[in-house]
Amino acid sequence: MKTEARGSFVPVAAISLIILVIWYAMTVPMNAVVADSKIAAAGGGLANTIEVSWSLARPVLPAPHQVAIEFWNTVFGVAPWKVKSLVYHAWVTLSSTLLGFVLGTLLGIVLAVAIVHVRSLQKSLLPWIIASQTVPILAIAPMVIVVLGSVGLTGLLPKSLISMYLCFFPVTIGMVKGLNSPEPMQLDLMRTYHASAWDVLRKLRLPASVPFLFASLKVAIAIALVGAIVGELPTGAIAGIGARLLNGSYYGQTIQIWAALFAAAFMAATLVWFVGVADRVTARLMGARP
Amino acid sequence: MILTRAPLWRIYAGFAVLLVAFWLLASKTNYPVGAGFWLLVMALWAVAWFINMRLANSEPGSGVLKRFNAIAVPALFGVTLLFLWEFVVKGFGVPLVLLPAPSDIWAKLITSLPILRDDFVQTFLRAVLPGWAVGSLAGFITAILCDRVPFLKQGLLPLGNLVAALPMVGVAPIMVMWFGFDWQSKFAVVVIMTFFPMLVNAVTGLQAAGHLERDLMHSYGASWFGALLKLRLPAAMPFVFNALKINSTLALIGAIVAEFFGTPIVGMGFRISTEVGRLGLEMVWAEIAMAAIAGSAFYGAIALIERAVTFWHPSFRARPGRA
Repeated sequence: MKTEARGSFVPVAAISLIILVIWYAMTVPMNAVVADSKIAAAGGGLANTIEVSWSLARPVLPAPHQVAIEFWNTVFGVAPWKVKSLVYHAWVTLSSTLLGFVLGTLLGIVLAVAIVHVRSLQKSLLPWIIASQTVPILAIAPMVIVVLGSVGLTGLLPKSLISMYLCFFPVTIGMVKGLNSPEPMQLDLMRTYHASAWDVLRKLRLPASVPFLFASLKVAIAIALVGAIVGELPTGAIAGIGARLLNGSYYGQTIQIWAALFAAAFMAATLVWFVGVADRVTARLMGARP
Repeated sequence: MILTRAPLWRIYAGFAVLLVAFWLLASKTNYPVGAGFWLLVMALWAVAWFINMRLANSEPGSGVLKRFNAIAVPALFGVTLLFLWEFVVKGFGVPLVLLPAPSDIWAKLITSLPILRDDFVQTFLRAVLPGWAVGSLAGFITAILCDRVPFLKQGLLPLGNLVAALPMVGVAPIMVMWFGFDWQSKFAVVVIMTFFPMLVNAVTGLQAAGHLERDLMHSYGASWFGALLKLRLPAAMPFVFNALKINSTLALIGAIVAEFFGTPIVGMGFRISTEVGRLGLEMVWAEIAMAAIAGSAFYGAIALIERAVTFWHPSFRARPGRA
């Protein structure tokens, strides 16, 4: 795994560089609508074209360094509790993501345990759990927020509920698979010990399901973040990465949108990485050899 | 209990009687209601639960009955849930703003079919379906390119894996800014959202063919293209269809969410956000019902095609009762 990662460093760097070059090149034609008059005013020529295209205040496509500067300024240049700080917005999104993630994981595990133990639930509930995911919940997220708001539930919880709805599905599916993963021989052994259903769950099924759980959690945490971001769209653009996106699109602040996007990407990557680390640590604690 | 040993046809007869009882109770009751109504509801619920247990634990012998049973169990569960929803909302007088009853949603649905059709055409036929097809196809072609050029694969795949986990709906405001308010921007969002899952899955799938089969192809002197066409593409199909299924849900989400950032005055996302603003919750739920039906049908169609294309895969071959 390690050597593979090192072996792919050069290609990844090369592809990233190519993407960066294309991005810089694309800023010229993409921004032509806004920039043309300014370029003409500056006297034309390649140098002026690049100069103007890469430093517009409201570009159609901002240059990478503009995004980087905006990102740097809003992350490190402002105190993290100010509304202008990206860290503040990221924190708002992160907290509802994590709450939704925890709730969704718990719900997913409880449902999976119930499904594995009650046969009629497996046949009647599982198809509906699968069908529940064809409902574009993200699309109705705003409505859920508004409806919950009219009952008096505001703030963190409604957004978390959307993350939870998205989260529980991969966890349930993965855990049903994981809880059913012990082989018949192992289950038979438990039966010869006269183990109760609770003991079988605690000593055999749950430990066996851990790898499945972490595989699901990686999907769940990424999707929880999406849920939290979309959940922020209708709250009147107050706080959070989603609000930042919406605000940017209202006022044509493209650079701000891109910076928020990169913050979201960074958060997603970090969260998935954290789950990966937790996976490895748990595996080691449970006696797996690296 | 006597009923536990009752033959299956009697259980089905009970099922039918139960449905009629539910229907009569739902249509004939005058609200508000007293304690007797709730006792009746509880009793019907208990009967439904019992029939469901009995059906789920039955082992019908013949293939047709077995398949029918596999549909009847979740169907009964869903129908029971729907009626309980109706009774609870009507019985307790839950305000319309909070949660409309299924009957209200149905009434709204059949009276506003033209609007729903326009929204469906705008969102589903113009943005979701073409975007899904183009995005998936582009991802698939890129995967084949990656397979041909190892350097591209080593460079693009880690990035693709990263991007596939990112909240891609975030590009919606940018696409709306670039391609305008109409369906083109939604189409673009859907293309971007569906591209990466297909890329990652197809690349994995193209490596799925076993060494033995590859060696056989090699000993036949098959060209890269020949081996791709005859061995590795068919072997990749389960992964490709997995991506197509994931993408079908993503596409619908992408298109509807993109409409929150700006639309002409038609489309499912637009209708949802405006009706929420006007507290026209029945209309919102009608749109949700339509989205759910369209999404399920879309998913189901892909699953059917998958079964026809990858009939050789163990997950279909080993289905009990079809041997």
